[in-house]
Amino acid sequence: MDKMPAWADAILVPLISLLLAAILSALVIIGIGEDPIAAVKLMVSGALGSTYGWGYTLYYATNFIFTGLAVAVAFHASLFNIGGEGQATLGGLGVAIICLALPWPHWSLALLAAIGFSALFGAMWALIPAYLQAKRGSHIVITTIMFNFIAAALLNYVLVNVMRPVGSMDPASARFSEAVHIPTLHELLAPIGIEFSKAAPANVSLLVALLACFLVWLLIWRTRLGYQIRAFGKSESAAKYAGINPVRITVIAMLISGGLAGLMAINNVMGEAERLVLNATEGAGFIGIAVALMGRNHPFGILLAAILFGFLYQGGAELALWTSIPRELIVVIQALVILFTGALDNMVRIPLEKLFVRFRRSSAGGSSR
Amino acid sequence: MTAPVTAPSPSPTESRATAPAIELKGISKSFGPVQANKDISIRVMPGTIHGIIGENGAGKSTLMSILYGFYKADAGEIFINGHKTEIPDSQAAIAAGIGMVFQHFKLVKNFTVLENIVLGAEEGRLLRPSLKKARGVLKQLAEEYELNVDPDALIEDLSVGHQQRVEILKALYRQADILILDEPTGVLTPAEADHLFRILNNLRAEGKTIILITHKLREIMEITDSVSVMRRGEMTDTVSTSGTNPEQLAEMMVGRKVLLRVDKTPANPGEKFLEIEGLRVVDDAGVERLKGIGLTIRAGEILGIAGVSGNGQSELLEVLGGMIPATSGTVRVRGEEIDITGKHSDGQSRRARGIAHVPEDRQHEGLIMDFHAWENICFGYHHDPKFQANRFLMDNEALRKDTEAKIERFDIRPPNCWTAAKNFSGGNQQKIVVAREIERNPDILLVGQPTRGVDIGAIEFIHKQIVALRDAGKAILLVSVELDEIMSLSDRIAVMFDGQIMGERLPADTNERELGLLMAGVTDAPTGAAPALEETIHG
Repeated sequence: MDKMPAWADAILVPLISLLLAAILSALVIIGIGEDPIAAVKLMVSGALGSTYGWGYTLYYATNFIFTGLAVAVAFHASLFNIGGEGQATLGGLGVAIICLALPWPHWSLALLAAIGFSALFGAMWALIPAYLQAKRGSHIVITTIMFNFIAAALLNYVLVNVMRPVGSMDPASARFSEAVHIPTLHELLAPIGIEFSKAAPANVSLLVALLACFLVWLLIWRTRLGYQIRAFGKSESAAKYAGINPVRITVIAMLISGGLAGLMAINNVMGEAERLVLNATEGAGFIGIAVALMGRNHPFGILLAAILFGFLYQGGAELALWTSIPRELIVVIQALVILFTGALDNMVRIPLEKLFVRFRRSSAGGSSR
Repeated sequence: MTAPVTAPSPSPTESRATAPAIELKGISKSFGPVQANKDISIRVMPGTIHGIIGENGAGKSTLMSILYGFYKADAGEIFINGHKTEIPDSQAAIAAGIGMVFQHFKLVKNFTVLENIVLGAEEGRLLRPSLKKARGVLKQLAEEYELNVDPDALIEDLSVGHQQRVEILKALYRQADILILDEPTGVLTPAEADHLFRILNNLRAEGKTIILITHKLREIMEITDSVSVMRRGEMTDTVSTSGTNPEQLAEMMVGRKVLLRVDKTPANPGEKFLEIEGLRVVDDAGVERLKGIGLTIRAGEILGIAGVSGNGQSELLEVLGGMIPATSGTVRVRGEEIDITGKHSDGQSRRARGIAHVPEDRQHEGLIMDFHAWENICFGYHHDPKFQANRFLMDNEALRKDTEAKIERFDIRPPNCWTAAKNFSGGNQQKIVVAREIERNPDILLVGQPTRGVDIGAIEFIHKQIVALRDAGKAILLVSVELDEIMSLSDRIAVMFDGQIMGERLPADTNERELGLLMAGVTDAPTGAAPALEETIHG
């Protein structure tokens, strides 16, 4: 007997959480002497008021879709993959290597190769923590966090000592050739007559991200592997009873998770920077955790949550640009959203549940009279 | 609105002489939409043992939790010795003289008996005076009630029966006059249970009031003075024990006539389906759980394994079901040896050999509680091609159809394949597992605690299914801690103690006393049943 209808759990709870976060953020903004209404207006117009704003919002959202899906897949196997950041970093390395190694005749072939390499590199980076968890019981939260640091250091080394073009003072790889430039939304939409901002970085990776959402949904809820992943995630002892190999599922789930995180690189490295730079991921790996939490580990929820966080990122950047609200405060607002939608979820859910039960009982009592 | 069922008032002389030790009036409690207790009233006279009996989920535990201050009732009043008492928490319950012995003991394993008894009742900042005082009190209690426990022993070194005594001592040390015991015999050997009943009798003789929560009719008949029957959150009736019988109580519990005996014809054993030789299991901690088990089960017979839980029965099932590897030994299925030690020994390989397994713990093993019924119906058989739509996708439509058919045949309620496993009652959860395993038509069925936490009505049904499978010429290995179940269902009984088979008996030629001795590891029990056993096997 469910206590609350599913729609309330999936929609009402996050919305109320979001509202609470917004109210608290407004109070903070009032506290430093700025106008919260004006701030919201600026955020909305900055992030959603123009194709330029949308271009950035969707660009960020694409990153978050990949990292959010990565967290969700691991989470269905009851594995908390905190290593999206490192896996995405390695994915970037894979993209840079393949884009620079060969003279690509057409962007589409390069994109396919980049998808393969980014996923492969990300997956391999997740493989070691997965193996250690499955075979040695080293907790995956600890090992994936450590692997984030190792990935950052590795990228640093590779950029400075290996990939930096001769004579360059910038710790970054060489610029990719024109041939591997993947179409932006501007280029994609122009042929069908839609004018989209030329300067915005959103690109064809968004479509790959949407495809990834669908494939993850298919994997988790329609395939036997997904069935085994979910069963293992819900109850390891039951999985053992059913003859589901825990080592195999742990490793496979983490490979898929790492691969998804790595895929993010086709957006930020190939689509936007078109070269590999330091700290290319900009924390998207961590935002993925919040996105997956808010999206209830469901691809559709993750899509919506990713767009929300894309909006917060872009809107926040606009705030920093046009008001005296400092950049740090925008991080505070984002943190409040994460706090309320993720960590304080039960604060909203439990009272709401009680309310529903009371409402149902009083209406049931009324009808029986 | 139906009128509340009122407890029969005690005889007028009694009520005038003394107030009831406990009186509950109109207690109601609901959790969300589920009403766990509906307008419940009980009176328990001092110096009596009062049984509360009911199926799982009937609301017994909720009622006692209210009495012990864990839950707050939505409505109703509690009177202790005639005084209206508020019990907001367990401290208040203890202050009111109520002690509770839980089914799962609340003891600190690496503390001594004495330290556990004093825990929470220390007087002052220094421990020594409290411990000294407790030692004296303990000695006195031990003499008075046959409650002997070594005060300096560590809890982890004590047997389950002794640990339970520590729980009782804890309550008595806190000067409890009213003792609530929740399913106290579930973990005890028959001999330990007998001792417990002697202790309870002594306590009653000293004027203590005892409430015994149980689902075992035999215990109610054996020791209680009066008994209340609960069903679906309501108090069906309160009767005096001498004026009732087990059949009547069962009927009150379930709401219809119940067959307490298993109806079955004599077994007709065929070829050897399962042969086990020298089976050993050493667990990760290096403890030898199975010390060379040898068993044979033939087609068309039920072999029951009796024993106090924790003597290797679980490991036996787990090895045979492929959940844990064996250390050594051989297992033959229909004459062919199967891999039980290697890498490929798992649940899948067992199922491929026609071994189905109803595990002991359906909530953590047999079912995924968060999964819908239809997702659970292929659990373990998810590789079966008939559940695959194509190379990549599972055929959820076929699964749901299959589930609906099983729901229909096994009368699973609610009849909805979208209900999550956790939202079925214990009996219906077990029916899902039994339906899944039996409908595979396996050669060998492993069954662990088939009716633990299952209501009487469903017990009857599940027993029938197991017997029907036997009659279809399959071999069944039954493990249960319920001796009644073993006695009535098995065609042959093997008793396990400390990882070994202590002996085999035929149900007709043995009794609870003899099995109880074997369960306690006493091997010089009369072996008169052995020749008869040989005869049936070879004859």
